[in-house]
Parts: sequence; structure tokens; C-alpha cells
Amino acid sequence: MKIGANFPAATPEGPLEKKWTSYKDKIDLVNPANKRLLDIIVVGTGLAGGSAAATLSELGYNVKAFCFQDSPRRAHSIAAQGGINASKNYMGDGDSNYRLFYDTVKGGDYRAREENVYRLAEVSGNIIDQCVAQGVPFARDYGGLLDNRSFGGVLVSRTFYAKGQTGQQLLLGAYSAMNRQIARGKIKMYNRHEMMDLVIVDGKARGIIAKNLITGELERHSAHAVVIASGGYGNVFYLSTNAMGSNVSAAWKIHKKGAWFANPCFTQIHPTCIPVSGDHQSKLTLMSESLRNDGRIWVPAKEADAKAIREGKLKPTAIIEQDRDYFLERRYPAFGNLVPRDVASRAAKERCDAGFGVNATGEAVYLDFASAIERYGREKALITHHDPNDRELILKLGREVIANKYGNLFQMYEKIVDQNPYETPMMIYPAVHYTMGGVWVDYDLMTTVPGCYAIGEANFSEHGANRLGASALMQGLADGYFVLPYTIGNYLANDIRTGPISTETPEFEQAEKEVKEQLERFINNKGSKSVDYFHKRLGKVMWNNVGMSRNAAGLKEAIKEIQTIREEFYKDVKVPGDVVGFNEELAKAGRVADFLELGELFAKDALEREESCGGHFREEHQTPEGEAKRNKEFQYVAAWEYKGTPSEANLHKEMLAYKYIEVKERSYK
Amino acid sequence: MSLSALFLISFLLLHVAINFLSVISKDMYNEASHFMGYNPIIQFVMQPILISGVIFHFVLGFVLEFQNKSARPVPYVMKNSAANSSWISRNMLYSGLVILAFLGVHFYDFWIHEINYKYLTDQVPNEARYFSELVEKFKDPLRVGFYVLSFVLLMLHLLHGFQSAFQSLGVNNKFSPIIKKAAMTFSYVVPLAFIFIALYHHFTHY
Amino acid sequence: MNLKLKIWRQKDATDTGKIVDYNISDVSSDMSFLEMLDVLNTQLIEKGDDPVSFDHDCREGICGSCSLQINGQPHGPDGGTTTCQLHMRKFKDQQTIVIEPFRAKAFPIIKDLIIDRSAFDRIQQAGGYVSVNTSGNTQDANTTPINKVDADHAFDAAACIGCAACVAACKNSSAMLFVSAKVSQYALLPQGQIERQQRVQDMVAQMDEEGFGACTNTGACEAECPKGISLTNIARMNREYIGANLKS
Repeated sequence: MKIGANFPAATPEGPLEKKWTSYKDKIDLVNPANKRLLDIIVVGTGLAGGSAAATLSELGYNVKAFCFQDSPRRAHSIAAQGGINASKNYMGDGDSNYRLFYDTVKGGDYRAREENVYRLAEVSGNIIDQCVAQGVPFARDYGGLLDNRSFGGVLVSRTFYAKGQTGQQLLLGAYSAMNRQIARGKIKMYNRHEMMDLVIVDGKARGIIAKNLITGELERHSAHAVVIASGGYGNVFYLSTNAMGSNVSAAWKIHKKGAWFANPCFTQIHPTCIPVSGDHQSKLTLMSESLRNDGRIWVPAKEADAKAIREGKLKPTAIIEQDRDYFLERRYPAFGNLVPRDVASRAAKERCDAGFGVNATGEAVYLDFASAIERYGREKALITHHDPNDRELILKLGREVIANKYGNLFQMYEKIVDQNPYETPMMIYPAVHYTMGGVWVDYDLMTTVPGCYAIGEANFSEHGANRLGASALMQGLADGYFVLPYTIGNYLANDIRTGPISTETPEFEQAEKEVKEQLERFINNKGSKSVDYFHKRLGKVMWNNVGMSRNAAGLKEAIKEIQTIREEFYKDVKVPGDVVGFNEELAKAGRVADFLELGELFAKDALEREESCGGHFREEHQTPEGEAKRNKEFQYVAAWEYKGTPSEANLHKEMLAYKYIEVKERSYK
Repeated sequence: MSLSALFLISFLLLHVAINFLSVISKDMYNEASHFMGYNPIIQFVMQPILISGVIFHFVLGFVLEFQNKSARPVPYVMKNSAANSSWISRNMLYSGLVILAFLGVHFYDFWIHEINYKYLTDQVPNEARYFSELVEKFKDPLRVGFYVLSFVLLMLHLLHGFQSAFQSLGVNNKFSPIIKKAAMTFSYVVPLAFIFIALYHHFTHY
Repeated sequence: MNLKLKIWRQKDATDTGKIVDYNISDVSSDMSFLEMLDVLNTQLIEKGDDPVSFDHDCREGICGSCSLQINGQPHGPDGGTTTCQLHMRKFKDQQTIVIEPFRAKAFPIIKDLIIDRSAFDRIQQAGGYVSVNTSGNTQDANTTPINKVDADHAFDAAACIGCAACVAACKNSSAMLFVSAKVSQYALLPQGQIERQQRVQDMVAQMDEEGFGACTNTGACEAECPKGISLTNIARMNREYIGANLKS
């Protein structure tokens, strides 16, 4: 098999709902005795990597799992709050595999592959069964059955949850399944190890070079297949809701070795995050989307008022109703404050860019609960036979109702911002949250490098141009527990006679040498600026020119600026310490070097995609009312092939045909 | 640790009951003391069990303390334990040591004396001697002071130890709040009763 | 604000380590504690010194990476938070802050403030799971109803983030709160019943082998736990352990 031979993806024959079954019926299997002779490397131990490592080892393969954290349990899947979707239809409200499939494709603005999405919907219910069997403590009702809640963009309740910590509980479930296999010796776990490069032998992925982050030593690890489950690349923006260590490096290394990178410009920006408070900011914190049910979003209608607020001379509560601009209610009367994430984010940015932003940096809008407090308070006063005109009492009762619904979020906000959101409106601003783009994979989740797979957020697959809430957890676990374990067997069935892969080959030698050279180059570079300095600069360019709304001039400028930053980075970066021993700055330098390349491809992809869809908004392509305008010509997956530098990357188009869903426009007016 | 603690606590209850007789009636006290002193089951079965219970409790306490200390070979440069736990819960060893010292004196005063009287010098049983011997011991104010101090520390020791024993034995159910309250009450009442007896004899007879 | 920092510096596991003093100025009260350390590190790097190493990742209080003993308390003076959620407004101008790693024999220091908590992983590997195959061929999730109260208690125990503040706070470096949280989660759910006795015995044996101290019920762990894991879990584990030993 040669690199790129599986592009464009071939999908199984037969009707949509039979494709996955008929695929499973026809693939090659590996017998249990032979599985013991096959090694698989899994990079990353989040929901996708953790579940894959557990299942593959349980099937009998020898798994080597790698994570840069000190324990698999700390992968960033742990931070997911809301829930996980599954088409169980326990509520009897008309849910089905088809409806979950339909919602996901439509929510993704028709930029996802139908067959992959349907398979995801098909296995979603099984995820819940599996997790319950593992002892994941999902929320239950008083009858002892599983509870569901509703999430944005859909008409049914299909979201399973464990308070606001669903990701944590699911990850601990996968981690426990891994622990069982680690104890049996079937998974060899490498904590505090970072993948530095992919090793390809005879056109097939056959191993990786990993760095032990404690000792600094480089290690060669061989396998018959390599699985990349290293998550998304939101940290290319420097500030995001991702963890500090989240990075693109594993995905980028395989890209440079032949794996095509798909739709890098599809990034989700979440509207309700706590705004940046100053230059020291290292990370952004999400405030659940549910707050928009009761909060009203506004900025001052007069620019002078906004200025006075920024300077601390005016308090928001002093601005009278007529001088407030509830811009979402004004622009989208039908959906009001509950428009989808991308629309809300862009509208907030538009107001702030026009000079109406409200915190010291000018980049925040208000999310105000005052009218909800009053409304609930009056209602409560009437129910409890109190005087509905007693203002003090109404406020007290109203605050109690709000505290019951969102108490923990309000407390978290107060800890970070040091303002009481019951008394003064919350300040919020959009922040980078999730990347729909990623490594291109076929129906088998194999990249264009034979034997190299990408799963979870690391691949591009199911979410198209925009992901629905509570679908990331579903995809990660579906890939790891139920899809990859079948598809990888189909590939490995041809490898049962290969025997152990030696690491004493020129290919491993060469890969290790290159990694070593780059590390030494960083250490010996006697520059003057820290790694973070360049990362922050990159983030600023990405946010300003390749963020929520983009135009051709800005994107071209971004490409140039990123090239300049990259040049300066290699000239002037200062990495203290040594190649040996624990050196976090050295690890960061390698990651930022990759972000500096990805950022350029990201901008290039955004420039090339002459349309607006999902998380990608091109100012040139909007309706007269300022809404996103899709372009039928771009109904494809943009898969980029690496050709030495990001600017020379070669575009391959996988056209998307919609046979089972009618392509429609989205409107929220 | 918790089992020996509960055993010793039950003994404390018996002990305080008999001692309290000395406040109510001289004769009742003498009678009870004589029974305890000459009943073969108490002397040759219960007493060795009690002594081994005491030894077990404090030896194990020392061993545990040693093991627990070795679980953190490099100490913190700065400690602020008061922010998260009570002084007495962290210093059971020290309250225990004072109680142990008291037991030494107590042994010297009563137990050695008894052994000497009954078995070494083989004197005739005298049912009327106990009360006067007791009163005699509470003459010296220094001794009474030490006695009082020891029981204050016993109180602190019990305040943490009694309810802690239930936690270690895994008792945690709907009765736990009641158990906790009862344990607290016991921890205050029993040492205070001992102190009261000492002070009562000190001030009424001297 | 200006602060005086006293930070534990230790080159590697073999080094003895010592407290080093740093002065830091222009600290904003809106900064998180770790952002304050970021500023210090940038200054150190630009001066050509070795930055202070500390564990951190999600910076939103859930991954459990951060592990600093601040002025004698795990995760610092603010209650119910991890170090990453601690903000500088909890400190005063000109204050001296002592920063140390969590200390226990079972957690060797890797560098500066970074410790090796793999002992926790090994305890989980000894039995912190339900032995069910991940094939998906299990019964429907709603086949076995679970009493809501038990399910909620299981969740409360499962909310542990494995940061080890409990061990750091305990004068005995005991890991009982951590281990009991996992034991409790499975003991409360029907899925955990089959291996219930074996699990608690194996996990306690591994805990002892790792060199953690014994529990003397001081309650420091519960007081410092950023996720409010309750001492009732320890009582439950004691009960489970005694019961398992009596039966086997």
C-alpha cells in the first residue's frame, strides 16, 4: 500500500443502516493466537485513546500507550462538562439513530461524511451500556433509571450526564478499563512520554520515537500499527479552553510524514467564556451554555457609556433600559439569546470591534440575570402568597431560584472574576473550544499513511464544520471502544506473519537523529525570548485574523505574519536547561514549533475556502443581513498534503455527496 | 487500636463507678474494693487481660506513630496543620504519654502496694482499709494536681479517640450522630468524675 | 502587589533540595497562582536561570495535576479549590509565600515541585475497576435500576480528581481518602458487587505496599480536599475491609 492510496474514502455497499454491519461481516479477522503476535502503539489516553487501548488489549493485541501527563486519567477529556449524546430514545420523544445522524450532519453544516456519522449514531447507545457496566455513575431519576437532558440544536432529550463532570466520569471509566489491562500486562503504559516522530518502514507506520519527559532520553518503540489519539489543536490560538499541554505535535508529525490534514480552519468558538483579564492570562474558562436560557446578552447602546465602563467610571447597573443594546434579541428576534454558538460568538465580536466592549480590555459583553431574577422572584412571591410589589423580597426569592439552577457556575465565576454575578451582570466573551478539523481518515479511521490511524478530536471526521454539544464524548468513545477495534483488525490481518518489528533499522536511526538534532538546536539557540513569547504572538495573529470572522486580506496578512514569527522563533527563542533531564520549556518549544506551521496551513485553508459554513465565517460570503452563506462548490473535505512547507501544501478534495439527507439553509431570524 | 481503645474505655466506666462509691458511702466502697481485690476471676483472669490491653494499646500506638512518621521522611518547611485539623487529633501520642506516666504513678500507688500487701508480705485481708488508703493518697496537693492534669489529657484523648474508634471500625450509619454525641458526653463526664472524686477527698478530708 | 516567594528547588530525585528566595513585583490580584508562577518563570528564563518546574494542565480544577503546598496547606489558603483556581487576591501585598511540593515517601520528587504520583495509578490497577469486557456486548443500560441516593453517593465519591491533597494534608501521609473514594464508588453500585471483597483487599494491600501511613482520623484530608470527598468513605472502606477479611 502506498501513502495516500486510500483517498478518497471508499465506503461499504448497501443501504445506510446496513453499511457498518455488512462491513463487519466481510472484513478480515485476526485469530486470538495471532493477536498476541501483534503490537499496537496508542498515542494519547483521553476518551478515544484510553478506550482504544483498553479494547485492543482486551482483544489480545499488545498495546503500548503513551501520554505526556503523569497519568492517563489527566487527559483533557476530563474537563468536558455537559454530557454525552446517545440515540437511546429512553424518553420516548421520537429519537432514533437516523435522527441523531440527521442532527449531526445538519449541525455540521453539511461538511461531514454521511457513512461515518451514521455509524457513530448506530453505536452511540452501546456506549451508554458499556459505561454503565463499568460503573460510571450517570445521573438517575427517582425510579432508578438513567436521566436525560436536552442540548442545543436538537429537538429531543438524548444527553446522558453526570452532574457537570460527564467527561471526568467517562474518562475515569476508560482509565479503569485500561488499569485492568495494565495490571494484566497487556498494556504497557508510558506516562510522561511524548511522541516526537512517526517511523515509516516500507511505506507503513511501524513505530514512533518517544521522549521520556523525566530523563529527557529518546526511545524507539516499534509496532505493527500506530494510533494517534492526541486531541485537538485549539491551543494554536494560545488562549483557549484547552489544557495547557494540549498540542498538535503528534498529529502534525504524522502530517509531515504523509498523513493529510483535513479542514484545519473548522474551529468551534464558544460564546460564553470568562473574558481575558490581562496579558498574564494563560487559559480561558468555559461557562456552560445553559446560562443563556435565563441570561440576556447586552452592551451599552452609547459608545460613551461603554468607554466610561471600561475606565471604571460607570457601573453597568446604572445604565437605564433604553440605553442598553440587547443585540442578539435585536438581530435574531426568533431565537434571541439562544442562537447557535457560532452566531452568538460573531455577534458579540462585532459589537466589541465597534467599540462597545465592556471590560478593561474592551473584549467582553454582559450576560445579565437581573430580569430573570425579577421574573422568578415575582413568580415565587405569588406562589408563596407574599407581596409581589416588595422589591427586596422579590430580589431575594429570585436569587434563590437562580442559585438553585446555576449556583456552582456563579460561584466559579465569582472565584475567578471577584464580582458577584447576582448583583452585577456577568462579563463573557467567546473563546476557542474545539477543533472539528484534524487528520484526514477514511471509513476505517486510517490516515493516508498505511497502518497509521487517527481517532477522537485528532481526526477530522464526524462533526463537519460545527460540532453539536455533547457529541465530542460520543465520538471519542465510539472510535475507541467500537470502531477502531474492528477496522484495525482488517489491516493487521495481513501482518500476522511479519513478526516483531526491529528498532535497529536505518528508518528508526534516521528519525531519532532528526529529533535529536531539533532538540539540540533549541538548547543551543542562544536567543533572548521565551517560548511563550512566540506562542502568545502567534495566538494574537490567529485570533485577530483567523478567528471568528475572516477575510482574504486578513488571512493573507496572517500567513505572512506567521511566517515571520516562525523565522524569528528559530532565530531568537531561548530554551534554558539541557536536553537531558526534565525540561518543560524544551517540550513547549517543540509544540510551539509545530503550532507555528499548523497556524499557517490553518490560514491557508481558511483562505482557500471561499464560503461561510459552521465555525468558518468569511466576511466576503454573507447574506445582506450578515449571516453565513454556504457555497455548493465547496461541499468537500479539504485534505492537505505536506510538501516541505505549509505554504506549498497540496490540496486534495474529497467531494461530499448527500444521498440520505437533503442539504438546506440554516436560519435563526 | 480501636478495639483495644473500646476495651479500655469499658474498663474506665467500671473504674469510675467504683471510685464514685467512695463519695457516696465509705462502706460500699470498701466492700467493692475488697471484692475486686480478692475475687480470683478478677485477679487472675481480668487483671492480666486488662494489663495486656493497656500494653497492647500503647505499644501499638508507638509502632503506628513510628510508621506514620516514616511515611514522610522529608518534613515540610512550613506547616499550618491548625488550618485543617484539631490539635488533639494530631497529638494523641503526647496526651497518651502523659496518661502513660500517670499510669506509672498509679501503679506505684495502688497496684504495687496491693501486690506487696497481698502476696509479698502476705498480710491478712482487711476489708476496712481501702477507703482510708484512698483518702490518704489525695492529701498531697502536688499529687492531686498531677492527677487532675492527667485526667484533663485523658479527656482530650477520649474526645478524639472514642469517636475515632467507631470510624476505624467502619461504623457510619444513621446512628452515627447519636454515637458521636454519646462518645463526646462520655469523654467529658468520665474524666470530670475522676477529677471530682480527687478534689472531693482532698478538700473534705484535709 | 509585591511578594516574597520561598520556593523548594530540587534538581532531580537524587538532589537534597533547598528553599530559594525570589522577589516578584507587579503581581495582579486577578492572576491565578499558577499565572503568577508563569510570570516568575518568564523572568527567570530571560535572565538565563532555570525556571521553576511544577505540574499543571487543565487549569480549571478538574485534571488534578497541580500539587503545591502553599504556606503549609495543600492548594493554599482558599477552601474547596485546586492550586490553579487559587487567585492572588487571597494574598496580601508584601506577603511571604512558601511553596513546596506535596510530600510523602510514596511520592518521590522528580524536579522542584513535581512529584511522582504513580503510586495512585498502581493502587487503581490493583482493583479499581469492574472486570467487564469493553466489547459492548453487555445488557441494556436501563436493565438494572439503581437507587438514586446510592447513585448520587457513588458519584460524589467518584468526583475525586486524584490530586493527592489528602495525602499531603495528612500528618501520616495516609492515602485512605483517595482509596476509599474508589472503593466506595464500586461498593455502592450493583456493577461493583461481584469483585467487592477482593477489590478492597487488593487495593488496601497495594496502598500499604506503596508506603502510605495509616489513618488516625484527624480529618485533615476531608478539610483540604478540593472536591469535598467525605470521611464517610473512609468508614465505608474500613467496614468493607473488615467484612472482607472476616469472610475470606
